Amino acid sequence: MIFIKGQINPTEVGSRRRLFRRKEKQPTMHLLKQIGKHKWDYLFLLPKFSVFLVFIALPVVWAFVLSFQEYQIFDTVWVGLDNFKAVFTGDLFYKALWNTFRYTLVVVPSQVMIALILASLINPLNRKAQTFFRAAYYLPTVTSVVVISMVWRWMYNSRGLLNYILSLVGVDAINWLGSSNWALTSIIMMAILTPPGVGVILYLAAMGSIPESLYEAARIDGAGPITTWWRITLPLLKPTTLYLVVLGTIGSFQVFAQVLLMTDGGPGYATTTLVHLIYKSAFRDFEFGLASAQAIVLFGIVLIFAFIQFKFLNTDVEY
Amino acid sequence: MNSRKIFATGLRVMAYCILIVWAIIALMPLYWVFTTALQLPDEVLSMPPKLIPTVVKKFIPLYLQGDKDQALHILSESFKSVRVLFTDIGLPKWFFNSVLVSVTATLGILLLDSMAGYVFAKKQFPGRDFLFWIMISTMMIPGQVTLVPMFILVTKLGIKNSLWSVILPPLAMVFGVFLMRQFMKTIPTELIEAARIDGASEFKTYWKIIIPLSKPALATLGILTFMSVWNSFLWPLIVLNKSYLYTLPVGLKTLQDKNLVNYGLLMSGAAISAIPMIIVFLFFQRYFIKGLTLGGLKG
Repeated sequence: MIFIKGQINPTEVGSRRRLFRRKEKQPTMHLLKQIGKHKWDYLFLLPKFSVFLVFIALPVVWAFVLSFQEYQIFDTVWVGLDNFKAVFTGDLFYKALWNTFRYTLVVVPSQVMIALILASLINPLNRKAQTFFRAAYYLPTVTSVVVISMVWRWMYNSRGLLNYILSLVGVDAINWLGSSNWALTSIIMMAILTPPGVGVILYLAAMGSIPESLYEAARIDGAGPITTWWRITLPLLKPTTLYLVVLGTIGSFQVFAQVLLMTDGGPGYATTTLVHLIYKSAFRDFEFGLASAQAIVLFGIVLIFAFIQFKFLNTDVEY
Repeated sequence: MNSRKIFATGLRVMAYCILIVWAIIALMPLYWVFTTALQLPDEVLSMPPKLIPTVVKKFIPLYLQGDKDQALHILSESFKSVRVLFTDIGLPKWFFNSVLVSVTATLGILLLDSMAGYVFAKKQFPGRDFLFWIMISTMMIPGQVTLVPMFILVTKLGIKNSLWSVILPPLAMVFGVFLMRQFMKTIPTELIEAARIDGASEFKTYWKIIIPLSKPALATLGILTFMSVWNSFLWPLIVLNKSYLYTLPVGLKTLQDKNLVNYGLLMSGAAISAIPMIIVFLFFQRYFIKGLTLGGLKG
């Protein structure tokens, strides 16, 4: 027994020692081993992650840093919250915020509603008609906003198409983009009359996935098409509506190209929006710190809005 | 029964009317781009506006009547502003830049995102979910936040005023990784294991099995990327300050700055820059739709 014990003992001690040693070196060894084992996975990820780090992660962090700095090429100084103070004390920021709010408040609900109506009207049609209308409504969306803005600027011209149409019904010509009363309205009108191609397509896709059995049940119960639409289709489209409202709000808060190309923020500051203001601060006044602070405030506003919309519109839909 | 039928027919007629009127409103601006582009120089500002350009109305009748000279004269007058764009203004160069930038960025994104999407979808490795989460969480951040740092960055990298400055940043967009991952999750893992048993290397598995099976997703991502790069405006406007480097949207903007009221010229330029996207859309419509629904509702 003793002999056997003696024979076993050294092994036991040895194994315990090995166990001890392994525990000590485990973290780094283990990680290296894991990385070695998965080196191909990391290699596959490396190119994307590198460009992501350089062109997204780094600039995001840098933007926050810049907003607390006064940036000059050779002499950058920390200024604390001065940039943010400057954002909130200037009248221009509130003017831009108000313009952006007005634009968003009118454009987003109108576009979602138009998308819903158009999709509801297209849905019962045959396949060919569906394809045609879907394409017609989506076509302006694939065209560059630069092209769309340029042609609207031309249609809004004093001798343009719209004033001609007004003259046909005996209405005096309107100074669409040149008067501060009309300029923002004109930009809003252009946004509303450019069809919400994305919305139509997403609503149609969502309508296609509603089970036919629900409609059959409604028909058996004697519900007409409008009741069915109101009671079945509309509630089941809520996730799509939420998505479109959130996406539309984020997009509307960033409205820029139209403003730059059609009015350049004018006349006066009648159509200056938040992003136009950021653009002006950064690339006309070269106030990089101020522009970064404005951009971060914009980000905060977008986040708050998205959060509120999720809170109010989000419900789980099951069918 | 009968009144109900009439009611249903009435609804249908009304639906068609609304859809058609709205389609006309939707397509009117695009129609007006092409109409103005084709009008004779002295027709552009005429009152009342010519809804159909003279060349469309008169060319074929004149030609058939044998008045070939007059017909060709009208034709050449109608394309005068297009000629000016091609000879006096560097539009062909802008067009070439736009094609180069969009194609390069699209191919780059397809390669990078399919590789990243593949390992995110099909592999288990430490930190996978964390890395994916980091990338996806930046999707909410508006592009304007990174505008100024990006500008400083490309200046410091020395690629400002080179086409690299508009090719490289789009490669970082994360939407494609998300889209490829969603799609590749549906590829059966057994196929990958079978390839491994047959002794295929990791890269060969990706290239010979994953890529061919992912063609629909690649087509969708490719088209959406091409569109977004082709149409991108703010960033190229900021970093490209030399006329020979402009992409089409930036070129159009400077064209407008210099020729505020020469609408014939402006609309010709707009038409030329709109045509490629319209053709791409008409040919690959279903991929646009697939991309929207894939990226949209699975969020």
